[in-house]
Amino acid sequence: MDGLPTPLRCLSECHPAEMFTDDGVDTVTSLEQKKVERSIEEVISVYKQIHSLPQPTLLRDQHYQYLKKGLRHLSDAYECLDASRPWLCFWILHSLELLEEPIPSAVASDVCQFLARCQSPTGGFAGGPGQHAHLAPTYAAVNALCIIGTDEAYSVIDREKLLDFLWSVKQPDGSFVMHVGGEVDVRSAYCAASVATLTNILTPKLFEDTTTWILRCQNWEGGLSGVPGLEAHGGYTFCGTAALVILGKEHMLDLKALLRWVVSRQMRFEGGFQGRCNKLVDGCYSFWQAGLLPLLHRALFKEGESELSRQRWMFEQRALQEYILLCCQNPTGGLLDKPGKSRDFYHTCYCLSGLSIAQHFGNMDLHHELILGKEENRLAPTHPVYNICPDKVSQALQHFHRLPVPGDDRQPDIASAYGPADPGNSRNQKDLPWCCDDTLSSGAKKAETCH
Amino acid sequence: MSAVEESSNDSVEVKEDSEFDAEAEDQLGDDHVLDPTRYIFYRDRKEWADLEPVPQDDGPNPVVKIAYSEKFSDVYDYFRALLKNNERSDRAFALTAEAIELNAANYTVWHYRRVLLQALSKDLRDEMRYITAIIEEQPKNYQVTCLSTWRLSSPRHHRRMVVEWLNNPAEELEFIADILSQDAKNYHAWQHRQWVIQEYKLWDNELEFVESLLEEDVRNNSAWNQRHFVISLTTGFSDPTIAEREIQYCLKQIRKAPHNESAWNYLKGMLQDRGLSSQPGLLERVLELKETHCSPYLLAFLFDCYEDALENSSQKENICNLLALEKDAIRKEYWLFLGRSLKSKHGISGNSDDLEPSVPASELFPTEPL
Repeated sequence: MDGLPTPLRCLSECHPAEMFTDDGVDTVTSLEQKKVERSIEEVISVYKQIHSLPQPTLLRDQHYQYLKKGLRHLSDAYECLDASRPWLCFWILHSLELLEEPIPSAVASDVCQFLARCQSPTGGFAGGPGQHAHLAPTYAAVNALCIIGTDEAYSVIDREKLLDFLWSVKQPDGSFVMHVGGEVDVRSAYCAASVATLTNILTPKLFEDTTTWILRCQNWEGGLSGVPGLEAHGGYTFCGTAALVILGKEHMLDLKALLRWVVSRQMRFEGGFQGRCNKLVDGCYSFWQAGLLPLLHRALFKEGESELSRQRWMFEQRALQEYILLCCQNPTGGLLDKPGKSRDFYHTCYCLSGLSIAQHFGNMDLHHELILGKEENRLAPTHPVYNICPDKVSQALQHFHRLPVPGDDRQPDIASAYGPADPGNSRNQKDLPWCCDDTLSSGAKKAETCH
Repeated sequence: MSAVEESSNDSVEVKEDSEFDAEAEDQLGDDHVLDPTRYIFYRDRKEWADLEPVPQDDGPNPVVKIAYSEKFSDVYDYFRALLKNNERSDRAFALTAEAIELNAANYTVWHYRRVLLQALSKDLRDEMRYITAIIEEQPKNYQVTCLSTWRLSSPRHHRRMVVEWLNNPAEELEFIADILSQDAKNYHAWQHRQWVIQEYKLWDNELEFVESLLEEDVRNNSAWNQRHFVISLTTGFSDPTIAEREIQYCLKQIRKAPHNESAWNYLKGMLQDRGLSSQPGLLERVLELKETHCSPYLLAFLFDCYEDALENSSQKENICNLLALEKDAIRKEYWLFLGRSLKSKHGISGNSDDLEPSVPASELFPTEPL
């Protein structure tokens, strides 16, 4: 990078004009929004004073120390996450892989053994040893094991029991409850689809009617809600859309309406994303919202859209990177929601995931990078469906596709167990989920060879 | 969630703790009789002596190991013991409340509590009082963050189960209104409200409730969503009287606060099925508003009207460029994409990486340089 760096958008003369227009009508929404904007203004002004040349820096070492410690020890403030410990493993391991920090094999092995203790005897993973299985820690555990990517990691997963667990939470209307006796929402479909495809336990009937149910979650705003009827929300929109992408059914959404909704969630002043219309910016939506653009880009491409950019996602990539680097970093390590909030591993994971999305454009054979600030800010690319690195996705798929899909004796209409494999069973290359031929991973490999 | 680390950069996730950790040195089994406020660990309670606590099996080399307080470990060691023995007793029921107090997101505990509610035929009205207190405490106890809404779905789900078992929604609308008065956009509160209304057909006063919330904060997108919910599941939007009423309502709110995205989204959202251009006179009313109450949302709405009418007007292209380059520049990539799609639809060849508008800037901005 020679010469002067590109000027920051947030330091331009026009930037203040992007502040919220309250039309002289004060409401809680406008008051809160203006408060946040003032705090961002403060951050920008401090930054301007300290730095003569705007080169935002990702605090790699500080984040690494924070993550390395957390992977082993957490204070008692984390008691509230005692039922989410596989999540802690995933958030930390994914952050480390984005930072391209290797995980020592001893630690990796310890994670495997811990997650094995979180696995329920009846299948699926729980929030901690001795707890009941739940789709969210199941998603997190499978992702964490795939990040580790060793045979030890893969072999932790009891695939037969996992399939039993998925069936046990499947509802007649196509939806899934998060755990036995638990609540339904669209996250569950994503968690189920993600683990089923990565571990190759997907059977045709498992997601019967799931598509229909997810589609009911797209509302008048264009985004998706947690359950049909509610407000469109970034987290749920991501889960519903990614689930449909996995099932190959994303074209059934009103893609144009969804696109309009998600691009409208980027805040004109802050640069980051809000979770819902008229709510506040939050660093975690850097992934849940911005992560939708790669999914939509690909979906529209498949629908025959000819005018898609070959260099950029349809959101302001620089503005998002500015928001994350200037406003979401704790100087002693870890990332956060917005200035004034405290750091945590959830925000560390999703701010970094969003930063990666904003840095890397990839579609088919193309890979185009846009790194704000120093070249060292570059993160590894992440897979926009699974949110683990694309090579880990390919590796896991390769590994598990050598294994047979667990027996379908749960389903009344599958051919007898005595004969040869049912040709309806998806072991055929062309029936593999789209992610298998997704050249995002090959794109990532290309980028790596450039460095 | 916000987590406390030793560093001073973090703020504490404040937790209300009415009991204090026991002075470990002078624990006596009978002390709690003499001083009822003194906390006694379960391991020191005579009534629990028959039960062998089950320590958590984290393995020899744990990861993400939480430094549980002594109280937390003690309670959960006994919870695990109860679970292991599948004990169905009043003491087990009482312990679940302690476990919940320590971590309201532990869905295993909530599930077990529900099993006990049924096995012990507990009074569900007492349970309603309990769950009401738990839910009302939460905003005061925990710094509400995006993650906490997902973690704390368990208490709300529990309430729904109890309401279902009692088959009595009588308190619900008022209870939820109370929660919403403290946090008008609380996602789970709205979720519970929609369930209650649909399950028990309590539609009658809901539109009025929505209007009162919009009076308070016309930018409350959750309230706009609830408006859409109520109307679409009662009268529907296709009745022209209803459609006109709703359009009037939107335009009135827009005149008051033109830069309120929710109102514009609602206007579009309620009309999009039948098409924006299906509503006679709407385009004219919006064009009128453009003179005095313009906003990026109005311009986008105009664009959508023209799109729906399949008008090939250059107006559409101009609006796209205006939005991309000036009025909604954060969404430049998106508006340029729409602009290119227009051109290619109308048979004008375009380079898909053409970042320049086809209309010369001098036409759009006569006094401003590119």
